[in-house]
Amino acid sequence: MSLLARPHYPDYSTAPVQHQFYPYADNGGSVVAIAGDDFVVIGADTRLSAGFSIYTRNQNKLFPLAKTTVLGCSGCWCDTLTLTRILKSRMQMYAQEHNKTMSTTACAQMLSTMLYYKRFFPYSISNVLVGLDNEATTLSGTAKRRFTKLGGSAGALLQPLLDNQIGQKNMEIVSKEPLSQEKALKILKDVFISAAERDIYTGDSVFINIITKDGIQEDKFELRKD
Amino acid sequence: MFRNQYDSDVTVWSPQGRLHQVEYAMEAVNLGSATVGLKSKTHAVVIALKRATSELSAYQKKIISIDDHIGISISGLTADARILSRFMRNECLNYKYSFDTYIPLNRLISVLGNKMQLCTQRYDRRPFGVGLLVAGYDENGAHIYQTCPSANYYDCKAMSIGARSQSARTYLEKHLDELTSTSLEELIKHGLRALRDTLPPEVDLNTKNVSIGYVGKGENFKILDENETAPYLALIEGEERRGGGSGGAATEAQPADPLREDAGDEGPQDPVPAVAMDTTD
Amino acid sequence: MFDITAPAPPLWSNGPSPGAFYNFPSLQSAPSDFVTHSQAPVTTATSIVAVAYNNGVIIAGDLLGSYGSLARYRNCPRILKVNDNIILGAGGDYGDFQYIKDFVQEKIVSEECLDDGVKLKPKSLYCWLTRIMYQRRSKFDPFWNNLVVGGIQDGNVFLGTVDKLGTAYTDKIICTGYGAHIATPMLRDALDRNPNPSQAEARRLVEKSMEVLFYRDARSYSKYLIGVIDKDEGIKIEGPVEVPTNWEIANFK
Repeated sequence: MSLLARPHYPDYSTAPVQHQFYPYADNGGSVVAIAGDDFVVIGADTRLSAGFSIYTRNQNKLFPLAKTTVLGCSGCWCDTLTLTRILKSRMQMYAQEHNKTMSTTACAQMLSTMLYYKRFFPYSISNVLVGLDNEATTLSGTAKRRFTKLGGSAGALLQPLLDNQIGQKNMEIVSKEPLSQEKALKILKDVFISAAERDIYTGDSVFINIITKDGIQEDKFELRKD
Repeated sequence: MFRNQYDSDVTVWSPQGRLHQVEYAMEAVNLGSATVGLKSKTHAVVIALKRATSELSAYQKKIISIDDHIGISISGLTADARILSRFMRNECLNYKYSFDTYIPLNRLISVLGNKMQLCTQRYDRRPFGVGLLVAGYDENGAHIYQTCPSANYYDCKAMSIGARSQSARTYLEKHLDELTSTSLEELIKHGLRALRDTLPPEVDLNTKNVSIGYVGKGENFKILDENETAPYLALIEGEERRGGGSGGAATEAQPADPLREDAGDEGPQDPVPAVAMDTTD
Repeated sequence: MFDITAPAPPLWSNGPSPGAFYNFPSLQSAPSDFVTHSQAPVTTATSIVAVAYNNGVIIAGDLLGSYGSLARYRNCPRILKVNDNIILGAGGDYGDFQYIKDFVQEKIVSEECLDDGVKLKPKSLYCWLTRIMYQRRSKFDPFWNNLVVGGIQDGNVFLGTVDKLGTAYTDKIICTGYGAHIATPMLRDALDRNPNPSQAEARRLVEKSMEVLFYRDARSYSKYLIGVIDKDEGIKIEGPVEVPTNWEIANFK
């Protein structure tokens, strides 16, 4: 480390003191989504925080974009607010122009281009877009099809758990049974309970959207609040 | 070619204090097929008569949704209406983006009026050749607004514009008092009867040539499809037609227009506005 | 990481040589060919404390305008009646708040000029301010404020806040600045015990918070304004209210 860059005695420094404005905040939050054959469940915790402060314990981070499409966001909350507002406008413009609501795949593509548009001043958000597509299920994390996805502050902590429980990685006896909605919900809840144990940015409660061809069903359950 | 020496440009006044180009643009509205707008305390309805430009083409769309709480029905140049509807949709989206609530009708209409007025005062513009009936519901209740190419707009209880629309207005005036506290179904029935009065006797309303749009308290603007239109048409089927051939049409000194949206383009059948003739005397 | 082959750093450098006079090098002026923005607040106001109760919202904020640690101005009101159903509180840079106040009031006046009976609602103002704060942060020229919007939205109580980035949320309790650390835990605890406080109960909570903040926050002041918006009683902004202080407990007097 050069002495010139960081003098030992700041009082004698000749460089003007600068306080840089930093336009991002990490407001935490975790989003978990699991897709089955004819359904998707997506959950997001409801804690909005910054550093060691909890702004609110009751913040919904799931944004229904269409009848069977939901976006879950975590990260910089001001970016999330802006992105989802613009998305809502774009959904309406699409609906008026084409006389139909946007499909989940089209939403994913649009989200991808909207995020790239801000490539040089990016939205600092983890997005998980889920929905149904032609009666089958789609799960997109930044426009990439997957069957489990996890975004946010506890992402790295929990992806292996999902890989094991749903992707059946590192399993000796692999079950061929398709994933049921009940099992998916159970795993989703377990995953959040685990996350809340270790990640201080995940907690309070979880909002869940269960998406089937009949629409979106809402659910909620409590997490630890410390 | 010129009807008089003061109508070459929108910016030219006639000695009588008229703007002939603007008045001609007003006539474009009368060439479009008729449309009716009416409201109760809880709902605003627009009903339009659609035309097909030829046997080979589909019926021209007359009702356009603007936002969840606003829809318009057009009469006149469809292409101009498209520009205006795009502008209105944009205004609605911008307002919603900034304020997280629907734009109040009067504010939308007033910015629209300003946009349209500009075209009546600049030499490099022409007025929009379309009239709109704007149906909407906001915190002040249901509204029907009428806009003209002259950039005037009116807050109406009920209104009809387009070809032979006088008959519809006559009907609406007669039933004005019933409208305020009536149900949506009755409102649509009144609208259909009013629209039917604009038709020549040999023509009748059917699911193909009628378009219905409505909005109400807690209900988004909805344009009915053919299947949804049929039950309403059935409700007024077989009723005695009041206006139609004799009563309503006779009050209107106007040639029977062909039932086509582009009627004005065909040969020398421009209706000659009475006002434009004043200066030629 | 540590390079053992490199010579040891001098014990004393970048300063006066021992026993010699030191000439402070002239501070280099920053190049002036780019736009500079304010990167830090100047005259600042501290916490805002706001509580939503069963029939309205109470907001309090003290009257001090600080210059860093200097208690510079002692009459800086920052609780504002926006219209009949909105009350606005602000912390952070006082100049930025005055500017925000100007254009919010301008908006209200121009709305009144339309005379269409449509009044700005708290949710709309909250959303609008969020957009403005976010736009300014995206230009790297933020309004250095925490704004708190309270009001009655179609008969429901509304309480929301926006910060200088455009981070916005609604809650039953909102405290900004130092209050977020000192008052929020107290208020959350109180609301857990009594989820639907009356106006009088909520007011006691806010007054207690202001008292604790005056004892604990070095940038706070004993005089404050308290604004109440109630479904039935409308808006009133009271003050200056004085924190009842008791220094008997202090050891050194």
